[in-house]
Amino acid sequence: MAEIPAATGERRTGRLLASLIVVMIVFGGVGMTLLARRYWWLLPVASAHGVDVDRLIYTTFVVTGIVFVLVHILIAAFVWRFGARGTERAAYWHDDRTLELTYTLVPAAVLVTLISMGAVVWARVHGPAPADSMVVEVRGEQFGWLFRYPGPDGIFGRVDPARISPKDNPMGLDPADPASADDLVTRELHLAVNRPVRVRIRSKDVLHSFFIPAFRVKQDAVPGMTVEIWFTPTREGTYEIACAELCGIGHYIMRGKVMVESADAVQTWLAQQSH
Amino acid sequence: MAVMHEAAHEEHKLGFLQRYVFSQDHKIIGIQYMMTSLFMAAVGGVLAMLIRMELGWPGARWGLAKWLFPGGFTGDGTLKPDFYLAVVTMHGSIMIFFVLTTALSGGFGNFLIPLTIGARDMAFPFMNMLSYWLYPPAIVVLLASFFVAGGAPNAGWTAYPPLSALYNPATGTGLAAPGSGLGQSLWLVSLAILIVSFLFGSLNYITTVLQLRTRGMSMGRMPLVTWAQFTTAILMLLSFPVLFAAVVMLLFDRHLGTSFFVPSGLVVGGQLVTHQGGNPLLWQHLFWFLGHPEVYVLILPPMGIVSEILAVHGRKPIFGYKAMVASICAIAFLSFLVWGHHMFTSGMNPLVGTAFMVTTLAIAIPSAVKTFNWVATLWRARIHFTPAMLFAIGFVSLFVTGGLTGIFLGSPAVDVYFQDTFFVVAHFHFVMASAALFGLFGGLYHWFPKMFGRMMDERLGKLHFWLTFVGIYATFFPMHFLGMAGEPRRYYSPQMYDFLRGLSGLNMFVSLAAFGLGLAQLIFAYNFIRSLFRGPKAEGNPWHANTLEWQADSPPPHGNWGATLPTVHRWPYDYSVPGATEDYIPQTVPVTAAVVAGGALHHPVQGGAPDEPPTTDLNSA
Ligand code: HEM
Ligand SMILES: [Cu+2]
Ligand SMILES: [Cu+2]
Repeated sequence: MAEIPAATGERRTGRLLASLIVVMIVFGGVGMTLLARRYWWLLPVASAHGVDVDRLIYTTFVVTGIVFVLVHILIAAFVWRFGARGTERAAYWHDDRTLELTYTLVPAAVLVTLISMGAVVWARVHGPAPADSMVVEVRGEQFGWLFRYPGPDGIFGRVDPARISPKDNPMGLDPADPASADDLVTRELHLAVNRPVRVRIRSKDVLHSFFIPAFRVKQDAVPGMTVEIWFTPTREGTYEIACAELCGIGHYIMRGKVMVESADAVQTWLAQQSH
Repeated sequence: MAVMHEAAHEEHKLGFLQRYVFSQDHKIIGIQYMMTSLFMAAVGGVLAMLIRMELGWPGARWGLAKWLFPGGFTGDGTLKPDFYLAVVTMHGSIMIFFVLTTALSGGFGNFLIPLTIGARDMAFPFMNMLSYWLYPPAIVVLLASFFVAGGAPNAGWTAYPPLSALYNPATGTGLAAPGSGLGQSLWLVSLAILIVSFLFGSLNYITTVLQLRTRGMSMGRMPLVTWAQFTTAILMLLSFPVLFAAVVMLLFDRHLGTSFFVPSGLVVGGQLVTHQGGNPLLWQHLFWFLGHPEVYVLILPPMGIVSEILAVHGRKPIFGYKAMVASICAIAFLSFLVWGHHMFTSGMNPLVGTAFMVTTLAIAIPSAVKTFNWVATLWRARIHFTPAMLFAIGFVSLFVTGGLTGIFLGSPAVDVYFQDTFFVVAHFHFVMASAALFGLFGGLYHWFPKMFGRMMDERLGKLHFWLTFVGIYATFFPMHFLGMAGEPRRYYSPQMYDFLRGLSGLNMFVSLAAFGLGLAQLIFAYNFIRSLFRGPKAEGNPWHANTLEWQADSPPPHGNWGATLPTVHRWPYDYSVPGATEDYIPQTVPVTAAVVAGGALHHPVQGGAPDEPPTTDLNSA
């Protein structure tokens, strides 16, 4: 009745669990990752710092992958071997200074390495933008993106939320400010290949997040703040912009497009917009 | 001992209401917390199934569900986007605050703390009763939000303003999302009530542990499960008031015209919003100042539970007791310094991001120590694969898997890509949700005999484990790849984007696995309910465990101990001591009565407590 179950079936259960861990978690996990690399993986990288980010992702992947496999194999081995048998006793072993110190210091060393690598990439991503960068403004709203180029004067004119009108003045440009006269407001983002771009991110209403998966870029659009990031697109093509911060019922349709093309093509397109 | 006799008499005098409903007995209160939490787990689980229905087959028609949730589906049976967000929000809020916090802290904390330290009850039994009785009203208020104008909140369990802050008093619905109407207010009020309940509870736990330990129960002899509960209570006491303040501020912003979180110049739905001068990031800081400690509130108690189970069912002392205690304290301390890792993309200064990266990865060290200690406990153990033990081993696996993905997210440059994608959903469902759930199941299988005086069915318990273990990995592991491919979370449908098109097969697989996982929980429900009434009677100490609760009757009577309180003579982990007659030596066995190996006796931590008169040992031996 209510007693410790007889120790006979224990080894069988232990072996079942050990096999499950090895087959399902170790082989399943590794196998699925290999499968995923073909079908469900990061988009091919298309920005300069994205390459650094990917390297960091892969390094972390390798380190954590090794630990994942090793620890599970260790668990599986112990579970396989140490099922109760008859009246045999466990080892009365509960402290080992050297062992404990090892598995404190080794993870610490690995983590310090990862922290240092991470700090370097992070500093590069958020370092000062090169002087020849182009500048664009991105504004999120429920549920779409609006872009603004500063025009030949290179200055963004003043905006006034009270002037926003969806048809005539979606950005809320203030005509009293001469700098706003040549500002270009568009629904598409065109960027020049290999030219760094500073993106000033704002929001009209609630939080959004400006996410370009192929560039490994994500930055929240915070109402009341202008956050600036920069990056360098490195491959021509059309890329999707997604919203990555819950912004209401249309969050999932808040799709935008970036066209990365030659500097000339961008100029031509800009010229067309101003007519 | 007069107090005790009173207690014993009282039991006969109390009517049904006072004994089982408005009880001040910590065991009844613990069981009440547990039962209510299990009910809420079913609610949160059904909501999870709705999420997976939608994500597996976006926009599909569900004839049956339409009848179950009339307001949430269109006439032809598709789930409405705002209802989807309401479901996601409520699923997260319920699971975190109304299931895991209440079950692990309210349930196990109440039941185990007095029993494991040899007390008769909590320090403040009346406050303890109040603590429980604030919980059902909080549930009623929370669930009522489904039925008001605009429906349940849409803003996620994190309730970020301005989405959650803008309210249209004229219609009672939200300005920026339908659910930000009255539903969001109810959500906030419900949380406020629940926080008060948590504060009553945690104050009680801390005082009880500090004041009511029985003779010989020094802090260094407390079982790890009690250490975990104690530290958790401190975390709760320090972090929940911050959320309480934030909740009240948000309510003020919504209804009284203040503007803590809403800046000037917002245009929502074509209207210029009148709020001025607030900052949305303030909410994020306040929320995550609670939010991160909160995930440790959910994981520390399971860590304690698992440490206990591994020792008892492995018949071996827990490895590195002192390191375990130290790492619990280190994790608790560091958990207050890492909240910013939820805000790497929020627009806060990148330098601050670097600081939070360092603290975040630092917290991985004590977590690694704990993991290796559990693994080392298995080495040369004599494992009894009871359902409790299986879930405890499963916990270690889940914690490892989830912890490792945390290393990605702790590095800001990497997190920029993964933030708010399904990679995060996978990460926290492993490390927090599933691991905590395994701690909960393990704990229930382990302490069920003590709680109810009956045994649960072992075979059903094992079946439940196999299906849940496989189901959890099948459900949540592939979510990492959804996140790798960039699928954002809280999307009604991923099919609007070209780059997410290739994921529909994987999403269907995840949904099917989730349904299987959900169904497997019915086995547990059946086993649990059946065993309550039909389970074979349990002895006092069916697992041959050392800790004090197992030296009491099953279930322990009102007042827990007979005429005299137990006296503690040793640490809780004397299993398989060489030369001893049995393979376990309860904490109440005097040192002179049983061999002590391994030098534990003269150990500064595990040795004699200062308040223990040595002569009594000799006499009682
Ligand atoms: C049957 C098991 C479960 C399944 C299948 C499941 C599924 C999901 C899915 C798919 C999401 C993401 C929805 C989205 O972002 O679009 C989600 C969110 C979430 N889940 Fe679960 N879940 C389960 C159990 C749990 C448990 C036990 C917890 C306890 C902590 C939990 C906590 C959360 C939280 C906090 C969120 C975030 C909600 C939000 O975004 O506001 N889940 N769940
Ligand atoms: Cu959005
Ligand atoms: Cu956190």
